[in-house]
Amino acid sequence: MPLIEMRGVTKWYAAGGLRTFVLRAIDLVIEEGEFVTIMGPSGAGKSTLLHIIGLLDSPSEGLYRFGGRDVQGLTEKELTEIHKNHIGFVFQSYHLIDELTVFENLETPLLYKKVRASERKARVCDMLDRFRVVGKKDLFPNQLSGGQQQRVAVARAVIAEPRLILADEPTGNLSSKEGAEIMDLFRELHAAGTTIVQVTHSEKNAACGKRSVSLLDGWLEK
Amino acid sequence: MIKTVNLRKVYTTEEVETTALNDVSVEIKEGEYVAVMGPSGCGKSTFLNVLGMIDQPSGGEYHFLGQEISKFSERKRAGLRKRNIGFVFQSFNLIDELTVYENVELPLLYLGFSPAERRTRVTEVLENMALMPRKGHFPQQLSGGQQQRVAVARAVVARPKLILADEPTGNLDSVHGEEVMKLLGELHESGTAIIMVTHAPAYADYAQRVIHLFDGQIVSENFQKGCKP
Repeated sequence: MPLIEMRGVTKWYAAGGLRTFVLRAIDLVIEEGEFVTIMGPSGAGKSTLLHIIGLLDSPSEGLYRFGGRDVQGLTEKELTEIHKNHIGFVFQSYHLIDELTVFENLETPLLYKKVRASERKARVCDMLDRFRVVGKKDLFPNQLSGGQQQRVAVARAVIAEPRLILADEPTGNLSSKEGAEIMDLFRELHAAGTTIVQVTHSEKNAACGKRSVSLLDGWLEK
Repeated sequence: MIKTVNLRKVYTTEEVETTALNDVSVEIKEGEYVAVMGPSGCGKSTFLNVLGMIDQPSGGEYHFLGQEISKFSERKRAGLRKRNIGFVFQSFNLIDELTVYENVELPLLYLGFSPAERRTRVTEVLENMALMPRKGHFPQQLSGGQQQRVAVARAVVARPKLILADEPTGNLDSVHGEEVMKLLGELHESGTAIIMVTHAPAYADYAQRVIHLFDGQIVSENFQKGCKP
């Protein structure tokens, strides 16, 4: 069973009696454990597609199944549960909380999952190790370089062990060396079985994935 | 509430020394509303981070609520910070994996509030900020203005004595910017001190006092009549 299955997914916004189409009749199947890249020019609908995949937005038409479940039939509560238990996000601008330390930033997703304090600590320490930010645990995000901040953001996205990582231009604010480090992390996560869908402009980053699809004016080109 | 004497912050990177704060002495009273202005790189954000105890000064004194804290350990500073200071940043700083409700609740978890107290406080703040219909949403499902309202809600939920805001309207259009300024104005009226870094003179007008920084020094201070209506 595929993790993601879209049939004829269309998204439009109504403005002044007119429909502006962002996505048109998208058919897309992503198997569990795949590493897929979505490419395309600005305004092609990439971020909207990522939002629909991540259950943050819903299609105007068409069918979307996540893990075999028809998303349209789910209640708000069920959607929130799927979102929280199975999906992690990484954004261009890190999205860390500046007044919390690295340790606390990593801990936050676990505070809502009834994980005991001792186990929280163990899992955060494991992440600090894996993402090579152990020495930074008591620092604040603005005391880190961009690359370090993004490593922390990726660590936070995966600490709750989601099945799917969605990344929107994850290296967009980074130097090429830092960007390559983030891509290495994605490759490791992929090797460990996590499904990854990334949006990027970079051919180099796309080459890290196993499959690329392109969007143009809302159409998916194979 | 705040008093600094010859506060200094020097960054050293690869043998180049940058003085971000150069002998800054300032006093800020409880309940005051202060705007900090100046060109990029003049030390505004460093100033705010040092006041917020996110950054440690390299020299000088920093008195917060009567205690000289520049030599405090990170642990002691963290305690003071979490009990007394709320932060609002340009880039919202919300956690995408958590709902609006959970994002706002976060500071209370760190302060060890009981579940019942947390529910009461979060609900009250969400109602005040007209965010109740959004409580189950995730940050990415909200507009920029709404995300910043959530960030302000999180900053105030623990009822801090001081709000530090770094370009809080920087990522917002003018309508949403005004909205956030109005929220800050209301907080000031209810007795919270606010220190806000901004580029926009129109927003600085909301404050009672405007401090201008240049090359890490205070070059002028203007007292204004008070808040805009």
